[in-house]
Formats: sequence, structure tokens, C-alpha cells
Amino acid sequence: MSERGEQPPPARSRDLLAELEAEVAHEREEHRPPAGGPAYQLVGTLVALAVGVTGAVLAYGYGLGTLRRPGAGLWPFVISVVIVTLSLLLLAIGRHLDDSEKFTRSSLLVLAGLGTFVGLGVLLPVIGFEIPALLLCVVWLKFLGGESWRSTIVISLVTVAAFYLLFLVGLRIPLPHLF
Amino acid sequence: MVTEPQNLFYCLLGVLIGMLIGVLPGLGPAATMAILLPIVYTVDPVSAVIMLAGIYYGAQYGGTITSVLLQLPGEASSVVTVFDGFALAKQGKAGTALGIAAIGSFVGATISIVGLTLLAPLVASWALSFGPPEYAALALLGVLLVATIGSGHTVKALIAATIGLLFATVGRDSFTNASRFTFDSLQLADGLDFVVVAMGLFGVGEILYNLEARYGKAHVPATVANVWPSRKDLKQSSGAIGRGSLIGFFLGVLPGGGAVMASLAAYATEKRIAKEPERFGRGAVEGVAAPETANNAAATSSFIPLLTLGIPANASMAMLFAALLVLGVSPGPQLVEENPDLFWGVINSMYIGNILLLILSIPLVGLFVRILRVRPAILAPITALITILGVYTINNSTFDIFVMIIFGVIGYLMKKTGFEPGPMVLAFVLGAILEDSVRRSLLIFEGDPTGFFTRPISGSILAFFVLVVLLPIVQAVRKGRAASAKVEGKDTPR
Repeated sequence: MSERGEQPPPARSRDLLAELEAEVAHEREEHRPPAGGPAYQLVGTLVALAVGVTGAVLAYGYGLGTLRRPGAGLWPFVISVVIVTLSLLLLAIGRHLDDSEKFTRSSLLVLAGLGTFVGLGVLLPVIGFEIPALLLCVVWLKFLGGESWRSTIVISLVTVAAFYLLFLVGLRIPLPHLF
Repeated sequence: MVTEPQNLFYCLLGVLIGMLIGVLPGLGPAATMAILLPIVYTVDPVSAVIMLAGIYYGAQYGGTITSVLLQLPGEASSVVTVFDGFALAKQGKAGTALGIAAIGSFVGATISIVGLTLLAPLVASWALSFGPPEYAALALLGVLLVATIGSGHTVKALIAATIGLLFATVGRDSFTNASRFTFDSLQLADGLDFVVVAMGLFGVGEILYNLEARYGKAHVPATVANVWPSRKDLKQSSGAIGRGSLIGFFLGVLPGGGAVMASLAAYATEKRIAKEPERFGRGAVEGVAAPETANNAAATSSFIPLLTLGIPANASMAMLFAALLVLGVSPGPQLVEENPDLFWGVINSMYIGNILLLILSIPLVGLFVRILRVRPAILAPITALITILGVYTINNSTFDIFVMIIFGVIGYLMKKTGFEPGPMVLAFVLGAILEDSVRRSLLIFEGDPTGFFTRPISGSILAFFVLVVLLPIVQAVRKGRAASAKVEGKDTPR
């Protein structure tokens, strides 16, 4: 940002858009965590490659047919081949891209958040939504959000009550519920 | 129709939610629309679509506020507004910037809606003659343009898009009735539900991604004094607003173009033609007016390909596309004939929505500034609950919750490894149409794929497709040559 005033005006017209795009990219970069590096690129690309290879093998098994009479597997096979080709291309040219983000200690928060999602999914049909939703709010507010116990309890209760009123009373959606 | 109290209420609700999520960095309009998709099952179809549309264009207004006050763009299409908007705020003219942005947004959007009103029925009637080959070519071009023009690395975006196409093949094949990628699961026999997939990739993916940055404090924005711009400011930015409207309208129509590209192009244009380009970046009012006008104009005109051709131009339009399919409405040229209430209802709601936004955005700036002080940690569990309970209500199925969570994890990991989930969702939504059109075309052509190129419209679209593929390659080669020539020049001793 600070360098903007030092750019030599007037820039050539075609370069101006590219210049702006780079500046915007830089602007967004400032708000991002550190880049992951080549290992992240490699793993991401290999996963894509694996998806492509698996897709191609399975699609082949469904039968390719002919162009005149395409089988169930032809379309997914063609797509999988494109995925494999693009992944190999990325493997060749994308090692040094800096668009990945490093996993940090705060990535553990994501695991905890994910746990609450799964927990709610498992408990919802068993004991209704109220208690699991309350627990989710407590975990997210107190442990993931660092709120005080007082605001955690108040916000959690108000939120669950609001959802109860909205879904069960207002929209009359048959959500599993305890009360 | 649109003036019915219920529709007005949902229009107001949509633009308010849109403004709110535009203000709050984190969830974008596509993610919010994804999270709220289940609402289409519970309210009147027209109202639901009006609300979802309101979220999209309302977000363009809201994104400005944080760009100007915090140097933190709420939306990607407002990133360029930061340059001059924040500079104006530092000079104590935040109100001027916000006022100009609101007026520009209103003018841009209104001009674009007029264009949409006039152009959409014409495009739709022209597209009525389209057959499967034209649709196949168009859908293919749409996926390609979104992948190549959008943010992020092109090859990565193309990989994401093709994987999206692969996910769309899960389930029973409609031609042969054979099961594909279902692994003997009965729940997968009907395929993956695009609402569930979109809620996972966009909604849960973004919620999880935002968790990492959650510990931050609430933002303390600059104070806003007078929001009404002076006559001088208005005069100075009138040209930028006019040009921004046109640039936005035309770029918005292009698949993949949309609001981000329009805001950049409009800003670049103003800087290019300015008598004193050095003012830009230091608080030029035109530097706020142009991108904000253009992003709203583009947001509006991006409805054209969706409503007339059935091709969503960006991820948010893909969400509207999904909503329409859920309602049993096939977006495309027949929409205006078969569902005129919906077609004109959505368009007319935009006129009203933009008036509401203009009326609301100026007096509500103070309120939104206060909302910015709400800690993100408080909003997070509410969003999480809306998502989980919302997805459950679609089919009353916990299976959907887990599919959504899996796609949420995929979306999160994609973001961490530099893959944008947008092209994947868009390709997923278009996947079934694309496969269906390609296979029907092959039947028409009796297995001869050159048939695509011999029909004038599909041939022209595919020629454009090839151009889009080749152009970046040629540019990259030319750039590479120029760079190596430069290096050689430097290395040569004088």
C-alpha cells in the first residue's frame, strides 16, 4: 500500500489492470496466515491426482460404451482423465506456488469445531436438538471463542431458545426435540 | 406481485442480511446463500428467490463499509475500494466515501436492472432455439470461464471444477440406470444433493476456516461524521459512476466476470483517464465511486446468463440456480414464458431492493459500525447451528448432516491448499446438465463429436472456448519471452 504513491504514473494502459490485480492480491495476502510451501502444494496435487485415478478406474468398470452409445462410465472416465492430466500439469508447474496456508496451533480449533458438528449430528436424532445445540454453543463461545462464562451461558441459552421458537414454533419444522 | 407485503418483507430481509454479511468479514454472499438455501423449502418460492437475490446484491453494498472504515474489505469486489476509501477515512472523510459509494451503487445497479429488463427477454427468446449441443457448449464455456477468470491459480481452479463435475456423476445414471460411485449406499443412489454439497463446501468450509482466525478482537472502526457527499464530490464522481455502470453491466454478463473483475476494471479505467492519476490511492472520490458502482452493476447483470440461459455466472448465481432447481424450476430461456411471476418478480424486486438499500445504507451506517464491534466469536456458533439444523430440515436426514460435514472438511482443506471451492460448486451444479447435453448431442450426431463444431452457435461458443484456453498460454509464453529478454539485456555488460 505504501508504495502506491511512488509508482511512476502514468502506467501503460494494459499494465495498469495487471498492476492493480497484483496490488489487490498483495492487499489480500496481508490478511492471510503464512504460506504452506511446496509440501502443501505437493500433497494437494497428489490428492487431486488420486481422485482422478480412482475416478478413471471405477468409471472404466462401469463400462465406457462407444461414442454412438455411451456407457455409464464414459463421461466420468473422460472427466477423470482431465483431472489426472491437470494434476500432472500442476505437479510440474505448481511446486512453488504460495497460495497454500500453513497449519498452525489454531488449526486445532478447527478439529474441535468439527467435533461439535459431528457430535450434534450423532446426538440430534437420539436426544433432540436442545442439549447438543447448547453444548455446541458453550464449546464455541467459551473454548473456541474465549468468552466469559457469564456471556457464554446467557448467549447459549438465548440462542437455543431462539432456534426453538424459530424452527418448532415459527416455521413448524419437525426437528427432533426433547421438550 | 412483488409489492405484496410478504415479498417486500423477504426483499427487505434479504438486502439486510446481505448488507450484514457484506459488513462482517468471513462469510461471503455465496456461503450465506448456501447456508440459507433450506429456506426455499419452507417459504413461498418467489419470496425465497427474492430474498436470496437480495442477499447477493445487498452484500455488495455492505462490503464497502469495512473497506472504507477498517481497510478490511468485507467482499472481494470491494478490495479495490480500500485504496481510496480508507485514505478518505484517514482524512476524516469516511462519510463522503460511504455516501458516494451508496449513490454510485444505486445508480450502477439501477442502470443494470434496466439493461437486464430490456435484454433478458431478448436473450431468452434467442436461446429458445438452443438444443443439447448449444447447452453443452455453453455449460462447458461457463465452467471454463469461472475457472479461468476467477481468483486463484487457473490450473487449480480447473482441477476443482473437474472434480465438481465428477461429484455430479455420483448416483444412478439417468440413461442406463447403472449406479456410479455409490458404493452400494442407498442414500447415494439419487446422487449428492447440491444444496447439501454447497452448504458443506461454502458454509461449513468457511465456518471452519474462519475458526482459525477467530481469536481476533472486535474491530474498532473510524468514526463516521457526515454521510452526505458535497456537490463537488458528486460532480467529481459523476463520470466515474456513469462509466462504472457500463463497465459493470458488461463484465457482469460474462460468466466468471462478475463483480470482482468489474470493480478492478472500473478503477483502472478511472486511473487511466484521470488528469492527475497520482491522486488515486490518496483519497480520490472517483476511486471509490467507480469500483462500487461497477460491482453493483455487475452483480445485477450477472443474473442475465442465469435467468436467460440457465448458466450461473458465479458461485452466488450457482446458489440461486440450486434454489430454483429445488423449487422445480429449470432456469433457462423458458423461464420467462413458463414462470413469468418468478422471472419478473425477481427483476422487479431488484428495483425495490436497491431503493431500500439506498435508503437504508446511509442512515444505517452507524448501526453497521456498531455491529462491527460485536465479537466474531459470538456470531460463529449461531451460524454453525443455522447450518446444521438447516441441512437437517431439507430431508429430515442426519445422513445429509454428515455429507455436509465431509464436504465442509473438503472445502476447508481446499482453502488451506490454495484451491477455490467456488469453481467446484459451480461445476457440480452444472454437471448434470452438461453430461445430459453432451450425451444427447452424441445421440443426435450419431457418435460424431465434430457435430458440435458444425452447428453455428455451438461451433462459435466452442471456438470462443478454445480462444479462452489458448489466450493465457500465448500470453504466458510472450511474458516468459519478454522476461528472459529483459534478463539477457541486464546480464549483457554495457
